[in-house]
Amino acid sequence: MNYNWNWGVFFQTSPDGVHTYLATLLLGTGWTLATALAAWCMALALGSIVGVIRTTPHPWLVRLGNAYVELFRDIPLLVQMFLWYFVLPELLPADLGDWLKQLPNASFYTAVVALGFYTSARIAEQVRAGILSLAGGQRMAALALGLTLPQAYGYVLLPMAYRIILPPLTSEFLNVIKNSAVALTIGLMELTARARAMQEFTFQVFEAFTAATVIYIVINIVVTFAMRWVERRVAVPGLIGAAPQAVSH
Amino acid sequence: MFADFDYDVIIRSLPYLFYDGMTFTLMLTALATIGGIFFGTLLALMRLSGIAPLALVAAGYVNLMRSVPLVLMIFWFYFLVPYIGQWITGAARPIQVGAFVSSLVTFTLFEAAYFGEIMRAGIQSISRGQVAAAQALGMTYPQTMGYIVLPQAFRNMVPVLLTQTIILFQDTSLVYVLSITDFLGAASKVAQRDGRLVEMYLFAAAVYFVISFAASQGVRWLQARTAIAR
Repeated sequence: MNYNWNWGVFFQTSPDGVHTYLATLLLGTGWTLATALAAWCMALALGSIVGVIRTTPHPWLVRLGNAYVELFRDIPLLVQMFLWYFVLPELLPADLGDWLKQLPNASFYTAVVALGFYTSARIAEQVRAGILSLAGGQRMAALALGLTLPQAYGYVLLPMAYRIILPPLTSEFLNVIKNSAVALTIGLMELTARARAMQEFTFQVFEAFTAATVIYIVINIVVTFAMRWVERRVAVPGLIGAAPQAVSH
Repeated sequence: MFADFDYDVIIRSLPYLFYDGMTFTLMLTALATIGGIFFGTLLALMRLSGIAPLALVAAGYVNLMRSVPLVLMIFWFYFLVPYIGQWITGAARPIQVGAFVSSLVTFTLFEAAYFGEIMRAGIQSISRGQVAAAQALGMTYPQTMGYIVLPQAFRNMVPVLLTQTIILFQDTSLVYVLSITDFLGAASKVAQRDGRLVEMYLFAAAVYFVISFAASQGVRWLQARTAIAR
């Protein structure tokens, strides 16, 4: 392979004149994690609400929840990012649209919103599956004891459901981290974008991508081990894990 | 808001969007699915072979592919495939491959990791007694796998494999990062040329939605039908 390896390139100063290339990659890692964490909080909140209303006894709420999930699941994430970034400001009143476009770090906020909605649909599926996996008697017993429906969810159904769906939630969290790379298309300088920029400036293609790959793997391992520890802590005694299913990236 | 919505730009670009763009997207989806299931099955067989080095290599490959974003892998292969081509053919310089070949290799090898995990779950869903029975009848390992285990594993996993294919169909839009004219790439080029981002991106979203929604309903229908036979 006639390729000139140069691992020292990481310690050269990048075109911004301040940081080394290694530092730019670490800055990118910071943006990746910030985007993923913010989107995750949003997705968990929204996804839980939508997942819960899909299991309520109200047909219209169920239909609304189903429509929500289908809407955000059946459009590619990249297209959703474009819709939030390019299309939304044009559809809003002119003042509001201009304000959105001139917002500092607009691509970060857009990425968080797009990723948050996209992931919330997937979490809603998991939350729904978790609640439906509980024995029907639990809901009836809770209601028979005089709990209101919100109380039955809050005290009986959700505490069990979350613990059951922890493994799929872990892989959703890993997905959010990976999916945040899509935000490079709207100009977010996260890890993959930094590696790409480094490759363009230095022509050291494989060093740049190797570094990014290693960082992603490290993040993955850390998250996986942390979640495994959490899973052990909160495991419901006497249950076995959930079945495998299709995953997105 | 929609007062100056220009339907005409969509009508005008329909042939380009579908003939140039959607053909690429669907071809890529179909070929990458076939290749992904083929290599994925190989990976699953390696992981379940009981031969430690093979299992280790397959597990390492699957875990690597599943730890990194698809976008990063697209970049990786875009630069790596010419070198792989050079290595295979023994040419003097890295071989220039087209956009289609490059993305086909990327998606096949990337999705193989995901299809492989599905096939592994499928193979593990077959009861041990079937393997034992096949061996008792004198079948060799390839015969056991080819005639007994894989057909059933594949059949059990068809809905999941198809769901993964729908995800793959949506993922192909990411070739946008290489400025390739797939469906989204075509829409994006028209959008930027004519300054009609709102129309083109909304239309692209609608088309992706209709196809993915119809396909996932189809999978649901298939799942309901095949569930009885099991």
